Amino acid sequence: MSSDNKKKAPAGERVADWADGRLGIYSLAKANMRKIFPDHWSFMLGEICMYSFIIIILTGVYLTLFFHPSMNEVEYHGSYVPMQGQLMSEAFNSTMHISFDVRGGLLIRQIHHWAALIFIAGMFVHMMRVFFTGAFRKPREVNWLFGFLLFVLGMFTGFTGYSLPDDLLSGTGVRFMQGAILSVPVVGTYLSMFLFGGEFPGGDFVARFYSIHILLLPGIMLGLMVAHLILVFYHKHTQFAGPGKSNKNVVGMPLLPVYMAKAGGFFFLVFGVIAAIAAIASINPIWALGPYRPDQVSTGAQPDWYMGFAEGLIRVMPGWEINLWGHTLVLGVFIPLVIFPLMLAAIAVYPFIESWVTGDKREHHILDRPRNAPTRTAFGVAWVTAYMIMLLGGGNDIFATHFHLSLNAITWFVRIFFFVGPVIAFIITKRICLGLQRRDRDKVLHGRESGIIKRLPHGEFIEIHEPLDQGQLHTLTAHEQYKPLEIGPTVDENGVERKVSGSQKLRAKLSKGYYGEDNQIPKPTAEEYKEITSGHGHH
Amino acid sequence: MSSQEIPEENLPSKQETEPQHGSVVVPDDNPFADPGLPPHKHRIQDIDEKAARRSERAVAFLFTLSMLATVGFIAAFVTIPADKSIFVWPIGHISGLNFALGLTLGLALFCIGAGAVHWARTLMSDVEVADERHAIEAPAEVKAKVMADFRAGAEESQFGRRKLIRNTMFGALALVPLSGVVLLRDLGPLPEDKLRHTKWAKGKKLVNMNTHEPLRPSDVQVGSLTFAMPEGMSEHDHDFQTQIAKAALMIVRIQPEDIKDKRELEWSHEGVVAYSKICTHVGCPISLYEQQTHHVLCPCHQSTFDLSDGARVIFGPAGHALPQLRIGVNEEGYLEALGDFEEPVGPAFFERG
Amino acid sequence: MKKLSARRRHPLAAVVVLLLALAATGGLYAAFAPADKAQADETAQSLAIDEGKKLYAVGCSSCHGTGGQGSSDGPPLTGVGAAAVDFQVGTGRMPLQQQGAQAPKKKVIYTQAQIDQLAAYIASLGAGPSVPTEKQYSPKGADIAKGGELFRTNCAQCHNFTGEGGALTHGKFAPSLEGVSPKHIYEAMQTGPQNMPSFPDTTMPEKEKKEIIAYLDAVNGEKTQSPGGLKLGGLGPVSEGLFGWIFGLGSLIAVAVWVAARTAKAKKS
Repeated sequence: MSSDNKKKAPAGERVADWADGRLGIYSLAKANMRKIFPDHWSFMLGEICMYSFIIIILTGVYLTLFFHPSMNEVEYHGSYVPMQGQLMSEAFNSTMHISFDVRGGLLIRQIHHWAALIFIAGMFVHMMRVFFTGAFRKPREVNWLFGFLLFVLGMFTGFTGYSLPDDLLSGTGVRFMQGAILSVPVVGTYLSMFLFGGEFPGGDFVARFYSIHILLLPGIMLGLMVAHLILVFYHKHTQFAGPGKSNKNVVGMPLLPVYMAKAGGFFFLVFGVIAAIAAIASINPIWALGPYRPDQVSTGAQPDWYMGFAEGLIRVMPGWEINLWGHTLVLGVFIPLVIFPLMLAAIAVYPFIESWVTGDKREHHILDRPRNAPTRTAFGVAWVTAYMIMLLGGGNDIFATHFHLSLNAITWFVRIFFFVGPVIAFIITKRICLGLQRRDRDKVLHGRESGIIKRLPHGEFIEIHEPLDQGQLHTLTAHEQYKPLEIGPTVDENGVERKVSGSQKLRAKLSKGYYGEDNQIPKPTAEEYKEITSGHGHH
Repeated sequence: MSSQEIPEENLPSKQETEPQHGSVVVPDDNPFADPGLPPHKHRIQDIDEKAARRSERAVAFLFTLSMLATVGFIAAFVTIPADKSIFVWPIGHISGLNFALGLTLGLALFCIGAGAVHWARTLMSDVEVADERHAIEAPAEVKAKVMADFRAGAEESQFGRRKLIRNTMFGALALVPLSGVVLLRDLGPLPEDKLRHTKWAKGKKLVNMNTHEPLRPSDVQVGSLTFAMPEGMSEHDHDFQTQIAKAALMIVRIQPEDIKDKRELEWSHEGVVAYSKICTHVGCPISLYEQQTHHVLCPCHQSTFDLSDGARVIFGPAGHALPQLRIGVNEEGYLEALGDFEEPVGPAFFERG
Repeated sequence: MKKLSARRRHPLAAVVVLLLALAATGGLYAAFAPADKAQADETAQSLAIDEGKKLYAVGCSSCHGTGGQGSSDGPPLTGVGAAAVDFQVGTGRMPLQQQGAQAPKKKVIYTQAQIDQLAAYIASLGAGPSVPTEKQYSPKGADIAKGGELFRTNCAQCHNFTGEGGALTHGKFAPSLEGVSPKHIYEAMQTGPQNMPSFPDTTMPEKEKKEIIAYLDAVNGEKTQSPGGLKLGGLGPVSEGLFGWIFGLGSLIAVAVWVAARTAKAKKS
């Protein structure tokens, strides 16, 4: 494109031309500028996570300008009176400095920490949204794993960050981590010595956690997040069923201008809300906690919420310890340490289990309503129940004092309900889902109950049912229903036994559990509908 | 186990034909057929210019408010001293600077967002558009081309033919990360027997953590709780943290007739018993001593030990009793250790035995 | 009313009912939650006995024995000293209302004069710590930072970093130290009430007790600052997590609902 045409293009266009010649931005924009995004509040949960992550990075960079990741002992001489002359590590001292002597430092610290709590809470809820609507199905399984990894890495980035100020609370948390590492058979003591540069606490861990917290983990997370986003763009967003919305299209508003304004605006909204929270509510007041000393402790020693379920696991585990041939197996600590990743993995691998059971290899872009996938929904609720019960266990002492309960009783409750709770939750959830499916079926066939009672001439009272319009009818019947997998007869007509592998039997069993009779309510067929509506009977 | 074995009829049937956007398709035979996107309905701003102008003013107001809030932020930064405390009901006595900066920043950001969203919601077109999706999977001919290309490339590299090259390359690539692993060796020392020893030794006096004075048996009364460290340690020592993490001691006095464990009684002095303050679960400083029950609770994970019975575990996740320090009295009448702990203090580990 | 009933099948009706139910349960809980009410105050008021022994015989002897020798219901009081009486009765913990995991703080039912008489009587049964004078417990001029270190070594394990209290075994608890008078804190350290261990002068001299009191006054007193904003109970990550979920994520989701909601359509006129 020659630029010396008769009329000079506007400046903006010329810059764009320049960039296009080098970066090919026009082709990129052609594909993406008017890309369609569906509108639904639950689709913005991921954005809450992304924006709080950006906020964390921005505020984190600011904090590194003032924080000294060193464990050298210094005497405090800052402006907080109740700490004058106390011995503390430079890490703690510089955090005190940020909180009291750097103008706005406390605000940035609090934004950073609140955003971190919200980031991980947001990821949890986002993950549950994806799970319960079946958005993890093909072609999005890989993106599900990316998201899951982000959640796990977020937990560890949070934990290492929480440990940096070297205060009495976080130091206790690090001590716990060290104790947990020691429990690992064979290599535990070596791992601990290498991580801490010798015995606990030593003089190294703050500096080491610092590089993990500000460089290693966030670097990986940033990469994963970009990949996650690229895949969201590439796959195009999922959508709920509705008039005009099919598996082959995506309905919504274009990126430019609506989504750009909404998503861009949402960043500012998220940042604004978190800044306001940081103005109003205190978080991690290290001046009240004091500097870390391995011989001091406070009651109510908990990690940040996202490590709370791990804390619960470790609190309610019985103290099993086996001594064999001069060696100790610290099962009381090691078993929770193993259950912790297994519990997370249980939700991570679920999509692969479901796709194996269904054998469905098609792409899915229409979201399920949770009720229409009762077994999946019930599994998810059971998992959340187990998670929440452990979270409760992690705060057992706080709950004991504030609800006037016995600590020991709560611990026993958690021990039992970690196993019983998910089973109950599974059964109840499945029943509720099936009930809702039945209600949908009734709604389709008989219309919506209007609440208006009519008296017929012969004295009978009936409730008027409003028929649904076609859009609603379509929405309520758009979901797909699988038929359970049958193995068929294991002996053919000649009496020869057919080989059926164990895994195939398991699969058939699972499939029956998912889609068999009583495990889903058959959706109304057009014939049923016509029969009822043509009769115009009042039932 | 591949899923190809699932018979096609088990999968739900495909959805009906694609509806066209914007048009209300006359329903065919199927009452549940997709009627297509509902026709676009106008917002009040689309038909009433006055309402649209109201929206415009609202958006402009929000953006202006944001500007004012930023000015306020700068003003607060400059004028409010960092140590100024204000009382805000119902929050309490808080830092004026933090409150002012946070609220103005929050407002400045929130108003930008609220303005943009209000703009998008009321003035930008809200006509829903449908975009076609395309299969992620490549068509068969693309796949065939890629496979052919790959085969050609592999062929040309002679990778499969020259096994020697292939095997030595794998070997080299497998070995080279070892350098990185070896480099990690100096992250820390080997454990050796470091976890088995503390600063306690025969003849070391028990020094009160509060007063830094050596303790006499008469100082420790029944029902009291005292913490001690070995004589010769100071908070200014460069390795104080590491040493106190093992040496911290908890001293209580129990009427000798209430002590149930024979060895505990033997290792005590007139009912004064000294136990490690470091929990045997994961190492929290355990010290929630209930003087009537003689139970001591760990605040981190609620392991409970009975100090009148050899500090055995009576509840919670700890796996073994707290180590006891054998104590006596020296000729000057001070409490002293009669040796180091006989077993490692703190959390259990594989080599503990 | 008619309008209301016509809408009871409205798709949003369930949400409204749920919100109402939640509000009602919360209100009911607040109304009926067990409150520590001392029912004994009137009976005590009517006892116009101004002599310690008589007071003891009426209010204490049923559990602690007629001569302070103790019984299965209460420990012996010989040698506990006047300070213990001043603390237990002065904070309303004694007389006990009912046997339980531990005697909670309640309304004080004796006047200070009566408490002093009781204390004098108990002190006469056997030597013990006497009621501290103001000179002993007044935190004026004490080193607050040193008090902080002492507090974290000796007290925080049960009472939390800034004295918010914490759980012990089987329903027992370390109470919150908010609003407890310096005298009572001093007496508690001195005498070790109930399951709290004592911190006698031999291991924690008077000066250090003062420092601890001064620290508590600084971090959990009426004028204590919480620079960052709401203290959230001073309980650490549990309350911070709840706040982050409910108000942080909660308000962000509310905002998201607004962002994604459909704009009101013009009514057909």
